[in-house]
Order: sequence, then structure tokens, then C-alpha cells
Amino acid sequence: MILFNEKLVRKRNRAERRFRAYGILSLLAAASVLLFLVYTIVSSGYSAFFRTTLLMDVQLNAAHMDITSPYTRDVLMQGRYTSLVKTSLYARFPGVSERRERRALSKLLSPGAELVVRDYVINHPESIGATVALEVPLSSDFDQLYKEHLPRTGEHIRFSEVQLRWFDQLQEEGRLNYRFNTQFLFGGDSRYPELAGIGGAVVGSFYALSVCFLLAFPLGIAAATYLEEFSGNTRLTRIIEANINNLAAVPSVIFGLLGLAIFLNVFGLPRSTPLVGGFVLSLMTLPTIIIATRASIRSVSPGIRQAALGMGASPVQVVFHHVLPAAMPGTLTGTIIGLAQALGETAPLLMIGMVAFIANVPATPLDASAALPVQIFLWAESAERGFVEKTSAAMMVIMAFLILMNILAVIVRSKTQAKVE
Amino acid sequence: MSFSISRILTPACVLAAAMQVTPAVARDQLQVVGSSTVYPFSAIVAERFGNRGKFKTPVIESTGTGGGMKLFCQGVGANTPDVSNASRAMKSSEWDTCQKNGVKDIIEVAFGNDGIAFANDRKGPRLNLTRKQLWMALAEKGPKPQKWSEIDASLPDAKITVLVPPPTSGTRDAWNSLVMKKGCPDSVKKVDKKACKILREDGAAVEAGENDALIVQKLEADPSAFGIFGFSYLDNNRDRIQAATIEGVEINIDSIQDYSYPISRPLFFYVKKAHIGIVPGLQEFLAEFTAEDAIGDDGYLMDAGLVPLSEVKRVSLQKEAGGLTVMSK
Repeated sequence: MILFNEKLVRKRNRAERRFRAYGILSLLAAASVLLFLVYTIVSSGYSAFFRTTLLMDVQLNAAHMDITSPYTRDVLMQGRYTSLVKTSLYARFPGVSERRERRALSKLLSPGAELVVRDYVINHPESIGATVALEVPLSSDFDQLYKEHLPRTGEHIRFSEVQLRWFDQLQEEGRLNYRFNTQFLFGGDSRYPELAGIGGAVVGSFYALSVCFLLAFPLGIAAATYLEEFSGNTRLTRIIEANINNLAAVPSVIFGLLGLAIFLNVFGLPRSTPLVGGFVLSLMTLPTIIIATRASIRSVSPGIRQAALGMGASPVQVVFHHVLPAAMPGTLTGTIIGLAQALGETAPLLMIGMVAFIANVPATPLDASAALPVQIFLWAESAERGFVEKTSAAMMVIMAFLILMNILAVIVRSKTQAKVE
Repeated sequence: MSFSISRILTPACVLAAAMQVTPAVARDQLQVVGSSTVYPFSAIVAERFGNRGKFKTPVIESTGTGGGMKLFCQGVGANTPDVSNASRAMKSSEWDTCQKNGVKDIIEVAFGNDGIAFANDRKGPRLNLTRKQLWMALAEKGPKPQKWSEIDASLPDAKITVLVPPPTSGTRDAWNSLVMKKGCPDSVKKVDKKACKILREDGAAVEAGENDALIVQKLEADPSAFGIFGFSYLDNNRDRIQAATIEGVEINIDSIQDYSYPISRPLFFYVKKAHIGIVPGLQEFLAEFTAEDAIGDDGYLMDAGLVPLSEVKRVSLQKEAGGLTVMSK
């Protein structure tokens, strides 16, 4: 009779609708938080991919540069470009002659301007003596002004009236350009926000992850295969198993301490290098890979094993010819997830000196280098306003890499899955 | 069974062997550690130095003054840093550690000044404080008032919340010696000198990280809270935060240079003399960091917020650094 009680039926239906609404609400909540996060990062970070430059006529006067023929690379490297850049800038504003005013005027340009001129002279030594139009970066404050990130008015503006007038004059004359900032994508770090680049950190992270993969992947598979297929269920293997599971939950900074004690102090490997960073990250990734591999080996159908054994294969052949290939999709997914996790780690790198100002883009894994999350940390800590957008832009870069790795995981999984089937 | 064990052990053995034969490579890149206050200055010098193209850009690590000294005094050799930045002078205990570990000759360079600001959000009231009042507000051994007005009727009727830097930072060290020690009443000093420096643990003094940007954000969220910053940070963010006057003195370049602003201090870096001539570029880096171009009245470090030394001090410093004069205890 209860079944047909209309009131009860309606109550049950309501409960069901409510439950669905809760589900949708929680999904919406999660999605809106994610959207908000992405929106904040992208909206404050996209402008870092652009930078304001000034088109300036530079007279490449050898006497001003303090260089003499022959113009070899070494001679040109040692030239005095600071004064050359300043003279060219002063030439645009002939009315400015007082020392203090000139100093205020020179604040418009980045210290990177002289490097642009230097590199041009090195690449075009034949143009010495001529006047060339070069695009040089504006200083960070004026770059931020152009992007309207810093106020023009108010009690505590960072610019003097006359500086704003110069800036407006240049803008009216069409001398200011808004360009894609290649230096940000490919250059090394700098203390001047307008010159800072994420390239060094990207290369550093790439080296560290490569070392991590080369080490953790074979070791992880070997350990997992042995534990799952050969060791049997003894007290010792149970202890090892429990420890591996514990290791996966150890705070990552502990691995950094371990790295400091072993790789730096015992083996004397160089500080701040992606090689050591990779070693430390591989310690961290190893348990993840072992656990993922064991789970996927366990899920290989026993039929495959039995069939292979029935055909006369040895246990080793069974494992290497049949079980491991069948377990590959899960193993690879686990590995990529583990590496993605390692990509975002800062704490273990702190201990081995990778959290540092490193301006050179590393050429080998043995060169000092920062890593992506470290770069974000360092920029977030900096006082200069220009680093605010850089921090968000670096987050965009790391998110792009994480998405790429996750897509890779999906592709690899479907490809290997298809092969197995 | 044994076959599979060797499968696992072989890569491990190869790895271990490979690491043992890797020699402690002689470095061609300078390593600098130490104070987070000196870090931006050191990094700017390093960048300019690297841009000249003769040497690689030195690696600058921000470890805090104490942490830097620990690494610096570990010994002499390629895997120890060449330079240690400090926002206070080397302590005698650190000197002893250095000597014990064979770091005998150290060149001490006081390259500029820094002032510490006691600041809050611009929305909040601007205070005039004395070191004594600051001590009373923050010290464990003090009266532990809940509100500023309990210290002095002229101060606002607001809860005391101060975000203090962590014990590893040089700013905290300097704060301890310039405020907590100087503002400490004799009655407490007599009993136990060290007790002066202990901060309250009842929520009035909140330990914040080394991240100044985060502290500014927290101050924006709570206009009645105060933070402790280096002058360069304040100077870069004057549109967001304001500094209290201390004993009636405003914080600015002049008052820091003549130390009339009570919370000002010199900044240092230390160079391992034994590494000069071994690690390429060390002497040139020392020269760059003490050049008039960098630390002079018009030097490029001034743009980054460094307060220059007086000219007399600069001249004698440049002479000493040029002659590689080593410090004594």
C-alpha cells in the first residue's frame, strides 16, 4: 500500500531532485572557483607577453662608444653604450640640459636599451658611424604606465609631471610601440622586470624533469615488477610495500633535505643544478610510479599470464613480453602524472639551492638553473611592481605545460591501449 | 630470482658509481648566498657584471643572513659559496665557525645603508612612535597591551597587530637589535638581556614569511595591522603603504644616511679571500660591487632603493676592497 502513497512518492521524487541539484551546485561551485582563478591569472598576466618599446635614432659614434678599429667582438663587447643611449635620448629633448632633469629623463629607458644597441653593433659592425633607428625597451615603470597598471594621478604617483609630459610627447609622436615580448619567453631572469624572461626556468625545468624521468621510470618499473611478480608475499616485501606507500605521503621538503645531505654533501655534486634537482624530484616521483605500475600490473588479466605460461614461456618472458606491455598504459599515465606533480614542486629545490637568482639560460643540466615554480616564487617576492604581471604570466606558462602533459597522458594512454588490444 | 634482482640492482649500482666518479667540478660561476634584504642589490650587480660578457652571471641565493653565514662558513672549496650577503655584521659565533672550518681570510664590505620601516595601509592612521612604545607593544616581557591607546593616550584605539619577519631574516635581526634591544627598559635588561628580544606570543606579533608582497596584501586587508619592511620595499610601494615616524623622524634617504632615523643600519657582504684567483671573476665582482657606478650617490643601486654611504666612508671602503684587506675579529 505504501508504494502507492502519492505523498511518499512525491517526497522521494523531491529528495531525488534535491540531490541532483546539490550535485550540480557543487560542480558549479568548483567550476566557478576554477574560472575565477584562471581569470585572475590571465587578466593580470597576459600583458607580460607584451612590452613597450621606444623607437630611437642612435648615432653609432665610435668615439662615444669608446671603441677603436678593428671592431672585433671583444672590442665591441667592452664599448660604453650607456652614454651612447643617454646622448641619443637627450638629443630628442634638446631643451633638457640640467643634470637633475636629464637623470629624470633617463629613467624612461630600461638598462636593457644599451644591450639592444650593443647587440646591434656586434651584429652590424659595418654600421658604425651611421645613424640607425632602434627599438629599445622602456623602463618597467613606464611600461606599466603604458599598460595603465600604474596611476597617472593621485597623491603618491611614481612619476613627476615633466616625466609624464615627455612620455605623452613620445606617444603623440608615435615613437612608442607595443610589441610581443620574445625576451620574456626565451630570455633568462633579470632584476629589471621589463627584461626578465622565463626561458631559463623552462629549460631548467625541462632538464630536471628529463633527469627525473630517466632515473625514476626504469627504477620504478623494475621495483614494481619485482615486488608484484617475483618477490612473493613475505614479511619483508610487506614491509617494503608499506614503506613505499608511506614514502608517497612524505612532505616534499624532506626529499630536498635528503638531496642536500647525499647529493651535495656526500657526492659533492654542484649546487643549484637541474641534475641534482632531477635526482631529488626522482626520489619524490619514484613511489608514485611504483604504485601506479603495481596497480596496472595487477589489473592485467590472469588469462594472458596463464596462456603465456601454457605456451612454455619462462616467468621472465611472461613478464617482459606480455604483462609489462599490457600494463604500459597505466604505468605511463602514472609516470606523467608523477612528473606533472614534480614540475610544480618548489620545496625540495629550495634545499639544493635552485631557488636563486640565475640569469643565464642553462646550456647543460650541470649549469646552475632555476625552475618554473621557483621563478614564480622569486618574482612574487620581488618589490618591483612590474613583477606582478610577470608572476601571473609565469603561472600561465606553467599551467600550459601542465595541460600539455595531461593531454600527453591521455594520448599515450589511448595509443598504448589500442596497441594492447 | 637472482636474475631479476640484478636487473634492479644494476641501474642503481651504475648510478652510484657514476656519481662517485663525478669530481667536485671546479666552478666557473660565482655563488652568492645570504640576506633577503641584500639579495635584490646583489642580483642587480650580478646582472650588470654578467652583461659585460666576460664572466657568467653569478648565482644569487636568498637564504637569510644566518642561513648564508652557515653555508659560507662551511669551509673553503668549490662546493661552498664565495660571497655571503648580510643585513648585519658577522656575529662572533659565526666568525668562530668560519675560523674553525678553515675560512680564515674574510673581506668585509659595508656597501650601503638600509632603513627599516614600520608601516601600515594608507587607509589606516599614520602613527608617530618611539622605540620604547614599539617595545611595549611587542615584547613578551612588556605590559602586553591589547590596544595602542593603552600604551599612550595619543595613539589610536585599535587592536595591536604587527606582522613580523621570521627569525631567519636579517630584517628581524636588525629589528631585534635596533628596536627590541634599544627600547627595552633597564629593569628588564638587568635581569636578562636576551629576554628583551622575545616577542609576544598572544597574537599581537604575528610571524609572517619572508614574502614582503604577501605582507602588503595582508595589510591592505586589515588597515589596523602593521608590517616591518626594508626601506626599498616601502619606497616602491608608497602608494599602498605608509611608514610611521619614529621618535619624530621621517624615514627617508637623508635620515637613514646619518642614522638620525633610529631604525637604520649598514648592509654588508663578505668575500672568501681564499677563492680569489681560484673562482674566476670573484675579484672583478668585488670591484663591480664597490664601484662608484654601483654604490655612489648616482649609482644604479640607488634606483633599487639602496641608501648610499657617506662619501668619506665610500672612499675608505673602496680602498680597502681594492687592497683585499681582510677583517679581524
